[in-house]
Amino acid sequence: MKVELRINGVARSAEVEPRKTLLDTLRENFLLNGAHAGCEHGVCGACTVLIDGEPVRSCLMFAVQADGYEITTIEGLAPVPGELSVIQDAFCETHGLQCGYCTPGMILAAHALLQRSVTPTREDIVEAISGNICRCTGYGQIIEAVQFAADRMRVANTPRANAPADKSEAEAK
Amino acid sequence: MNADPKTFRFVSTNRRVREDRRFVAGQGHFVADVALEGMLHVAVLPSPHPAARIVSIDATAALAMPGVHYVLTGEELAAATDPLMNGLDTPLVRRHPLAVGQVRYAGEWVVAVVADSRALAEDAAEKVYVSYELLPFVISAEDALKPDSPPVHPAHGSNVLLDRTFVWGEVEKHFAESPRQLSFRVTWGRSSTVPIETFGVAASWDPWREMLDVWASIQMPKYPDQIARSLRIPANGVRVHQDVDVGGSYGVKRGIKQTVLVAHLARRLGRPVRLIEDRLDNMGGGDAHGPDRIFDVEIAFNDDGIVKSMKMKALDNAGAYAGRAPFQLGKPIGAIVGPYQIQSVQYRAQSVTTNKAVQEAVRGFGQAPTNYAIETAIDKVAAALGLDRIEVRRRNFIHKEQFPYLIPSGSTYDSGDYHTVVDKVFSHIDFPAMERERDRLRASGLLAGIGIAACLEPSGANSAFEPLLNEKNTTTTWMDSCRIVIDGLGFVTVTIHNTSSGQGHETLVSTVVGEVLQIEPDLIRVIRPDSLACLPSNSPVGSRMAIMLGGAAFHAAQKLKTKLTRIGAHQLCLSEDKVVYAAGGVTASNGGNQLGWMELVNIAHRHYHLLPVGMEPGLESTHVMQVPTGGALPRDGRVQMYPCHSFEFHVVLMAIDPALGKPEIRRYVIGHDCGTVINPHIVRGMTLGGIAHGLGAALLEEFVYNDEGQLITQGFMDYLLPSSHEVPEVEIVHHCTPSPFTVFGQKGSGESGYLGAPAAISSAVNDCVRALGISFNKLPIRISAIGDAIADTQQHRQQEQTL
Amino acid sequence: MKPAPFDYVRPGSLAEACELLAGDEDARLIAGGQTLVPMLAMRLARPARLIDILRLPELAGIRAEKGAVVVGATTRQAVAERDPTIAAHVPMLARVLPWVGHPPTRNRGTIGGSIANADPSAEIPLVTVTLGADIMLATPDGPKSIAADDFFMGPMTTSIGQGECIGAIRFPVWPHKRIGVGFFEISARRSDFAFVAATAQVALDEEGRCLAVALGLGGVGDRPLRLDVSSLVGTELDAADMKDAVHAASSGIDAMSDLHASAAYRRRVAVTLCIRALEQARAEAAANPAEAAR
Repeated sequence: MKVELRINGVARSAEVEPRKTLLDTLRENFLLNGAHAGCEHGVCGACTVLIDGEPVRSCLMFAVQADGYEITTIEGLAPVPGELSVIQDAFCETHGLQCGYCTPGMILAAHALLQRSVTPTREDIVEAISGNICRCTGYGQIIEAVQFAADRMRVANTPRANAPADKSEAEAK
Repeated sequence: MNADPKTFRFVSTNRRVREDRRFVAGQGHFVADVALEGMLHVAVLPSPHPAARIVSIDATAALAMPGVHYVLTGEELAAATDPLMNGLDTPLVRRHPLAVGQVRYAGEWVVAVVADSRALAEDAAEKVYVSYELLPFVISAEDALKPDSPPVHPAHGSNVLLDRTFVWGEVEKHFAESPRQLSFRVTWGRSSTVPIETFGVAASWDPWREMLDVWASIQMPKYPDQIARSLRIPANGVRVHQDVDVGGSYGVKRGIKQTVLVAHLARRLGRPVRLIEDRLDNMGGGDAHGPDRIFDVEIAFNDDGIVKSMKMKALDNAGAYAGRAPFQLGKPIGAIVGPYQIQSVQYRAQSVTTNKAVQEAVRGFGQAPTNYAIETAIDKVAAALGLDRIEVRRRNFIHKEQFPYLIPSGSTYDSGDYHTVVDKVFSHIDFPAMERERDRLRASGLLAGIGIAACLEPSGANSAFEPLLNEKNTTTTWMDSCRIVIDGLGFVTVTIHNTSSGQGHETLVSTVVGEVLQIEPDLIRVIRPDSLACLPSNSPVGSRMAIMLGGAAFHAAQKLKTKLTRIGAHQLCLSEDKVVYAAGGVTASNGGNQLGWMELVNIAHRHYHLLPVGMEPGLESTHVMQVPTGGALPRDGRVQMYPCHSFEFHVVLMAIDPALGKPEIRRYVIGHDCGTVINPHIVRGMTLGGIAHGLGAALLEEFVYNDEGQLITQGFMDYLLPSSHEVPEVEIVHHCTPSPFTVFGQKGSGESGYLGAPAAISSAVNDCVRALGISFNKLPIRISAIGDAIADTQQHRQQEQTL
Repeated sequence: MKPAPFDYVRPGSLAEACELLAGDEDARLIAGGQTLVPMLAMRLARPARLIDILRLPELAGIRAEKGAVVVGATTRQAVAERDPTIAAHVPMLARVLPWVGHPPTRNRGTIGGSIANADPSAEIPLVTVTLGADIMLATPDGPKSIAADDFFMGPMTTSIGQGECIGAIRFPVWPHKRIGVGFFEISARRSDFAFVAATAQVALDEEGRCLAVALGLGGVGDRPLRLDVSSLVGTELDAADMKDAVHAASSGIDAMSDLHASAAYRRRVAVTLCIRALEQARAEAAANPAEAAR
């Protein structure tokens, strides 16, 4: 079947079997190798991409279901090739990764959080990345990276995609 | 070498880990990203039975399916390749990538299907019909010891791979002399490191160059050698691409059976072939399980809590083939007394085959389970005497002044200051305040307790446990290497000769080389050539790279510094002792003439007429380094194992709601001494990650086989990995006792946290339930087990009260 | 783990979807896919055809009716989590939603999907049973409504028939002024399927006497159960009364035993969590001022 997808702001099309997941399509048809397969049953989160700005497990979607959305992969975060977004740079600053395998998914989950939350609490961050398993870091430096990025984004000149909440998620609940 | 951190420019400073940059952009280069022209894909068909004879394999229907190229059986593969290497002298325990003649565990790979895509290969694998004749099977290690247990390898005669008793010191005399003894059993459940990336390998055979190219998610010493041997090709016909990023390993990615399988197919089919394990392949048949061990321990001690002697029997369930499991019983011998002055030890190491999947080297290589047993012993000594657990440890600790300290089994511990680390942790915590918090939690109706663990991380690695357990193996060399080139324009490139899975080797090496050459590390490029262009290396195993790679880089850089100094001195017409090398340049000691970096480089590369007579042109150096202190064969069952010993001390405050039984960590503090820290970010990451692993092993993770020999925890719904919710914030308290054996005083930290966390968390749970007269002696400790044990005790007490 | 091959079709209307479904035994519906796709990946489910209903307008939307809130089957869990109508009128659903799976699975997973999947420890089915919701089905013979109690028949088993599709779920809204909700679950990790989950809703009069109570238990038996604690109506819900009522209501429940929790554990903790859920609901209701406008 032919699928028309919008990936990182660009219209792309591919010919795929219905059973081909969005994950496999991104990697094999579009050579966007940043999304990774870790379990293929929706638990580890290494395959995370953003669908209309929200984190989703791309191993649990078929490419044929993925038309009509804005799909964002890790490759779509950097402002220009060779530069890093604030969040990506924050992960480098705090060493919020080691082997790098869970990292694209983790960063996208963090990115989605920071688009809607200006002052996330530690609890907010923990909940936002709770669907991404990391075996290397024990999460400590990842949480620090997100906090560091949140601090920078509060004073930065870059607008966010969604209107940020004034309260943290935890307060709002 | 002066290890005073104040004199370092780059070592111990908080520098960014340079590898991070490509990963945050999604630009890692993992094996699943390797796409070769014409590449074919593999799916495997596993055995549904724990033990069965393979009667027939019918691949007709599979081969007729679209896109299917080949179906490989174990018979064909065994005819074309040599069996995989055994570590022990057990030649009749033969292991092949695909089962030959019989299957020995449920999940063992029987057939490999090759197709245009993984999906098509899986479709076809379902159409391969294998008929089996069931055989009796054995799952428990204790059953496997019985003489009438069905042998997993009938030709070997029994299920015993190893049964060796070591006696170091006057054990019986010490037991007879000691006023007190106790004995207990603890069990370490089968878990593993389970990286998020499964194992994968791609291979391509070039018949014109007679070269096998291999890309793999690998962490394996002597990987090219083992591939060559199995495929019966020259070792210089194997080229492993070591610039493949590895998505986590922590020991287990040895992948030799997967590699031999794929390499054979590539050669047979004349096309590149790739196998990426899916999660079910990996958990059930990837052969990357970890220790599965029952410890029976006896301790002889006195009324002051001083432990004089220990008898330890370790029975390990290796699974269906030997793998690395037996050696995971051997390595802990190098720290068999932990951080304590135990004077004699009897150690019986038993490794048995059963119809479970195979073990691979798991982080610490058996040290974490052994520490769990030792720390349980110390806690029980304290309980038996009514003494404080920390005080008992203090009394038994080796003292700072006693290092280097020779332990009964023949290893010398290099350095340590355990008492100071404990003092620092306690002052950081305000231990009396923590005890008050524990009491407050108890008063509120919760169970609460504090867990303690003190243990060593032997680091630097050698393979001395191999000759120790197999006299036919006389390997004493355990080396690593580094090469540095300063090119004609003055840029520095360093080559390292191993793969990495997130340990930050490029950052480590550039920091060390920058430190020695006194140039900015960020200007130093570090690359990994393929294995044919490599110097010898033994992989980042055994927590060795800071010591070995750091050491090799240091020495290679020193050689270049010497050469640069000589060039400068010669140019200045001064003897070498009259000049000083600083910040990449050479100056006369008494001031005055100065030669900068580019001048020295130009002389080396272009101005032969200005070089000292007999000096090679250019600026390059290599260093191949043997592990410090290692290098002798065992004698009388004693041998020097790893050179350096880091120390960690865990304190865990825990609460348990008695009605629910769920352990909750309220505070986690670790004191960590790994000598000089080369990059603080990296070491911190290792420690935090290790604690998370340890938490999983203690409370959540287990490969469970049911009575039918089936693995019932094959996916991530049942094999539970800690998420951000489960791992507490950890406070790290640092101390630095440099090693006298390394260039900067650095010790390893690749296993830190993991080696002590299971013991500490188990200790915390047991401290919570101690007042109820309960204790848990098997990991993982599940919520249900805690809840049921508490309820049973409370019920008994109620019944007693009503009687 | 690649699924076995299937055809994929995206009908333009619910009627078309039901027709396709009715005519093909080997067809399955897919909406969010969070529970179906793992089964496809492991080849535990092998439909020849997937009928994608996620974007059908008839299945979308949340609307308030008289005495009820009707939630379209394809309402995503994350959307329901943030919805003000549900927050105001079906507080029990709002309370459990943050505990369903993980944020990424709630971004795709649907309310109807969780109900169709019928995992015995799933929170959304538990809420439907506790509140006595109605599952509204589209069938080839026209719309049909089944009480949640009758809909869940066993583990992963519902009374849904060939050609039938969940259209919406009708959650009853309590008219009382002082309502409180309680929810507790216990699992190995946060957001795993619960060993035991308990939900409670309580309404109090101005003097703090119980006007209405609902209690449900998940994860213990082979499907979510509503426990009969109607004896508590008219009482002041003191600790002893609640304990007795829960013990009476939960005696004789068949508890599952598996790798993660024993039957004894489940039975025992069921009682504990039911009592705590009731107490939490009572406290929350009591904290509502008697004259609060709704």
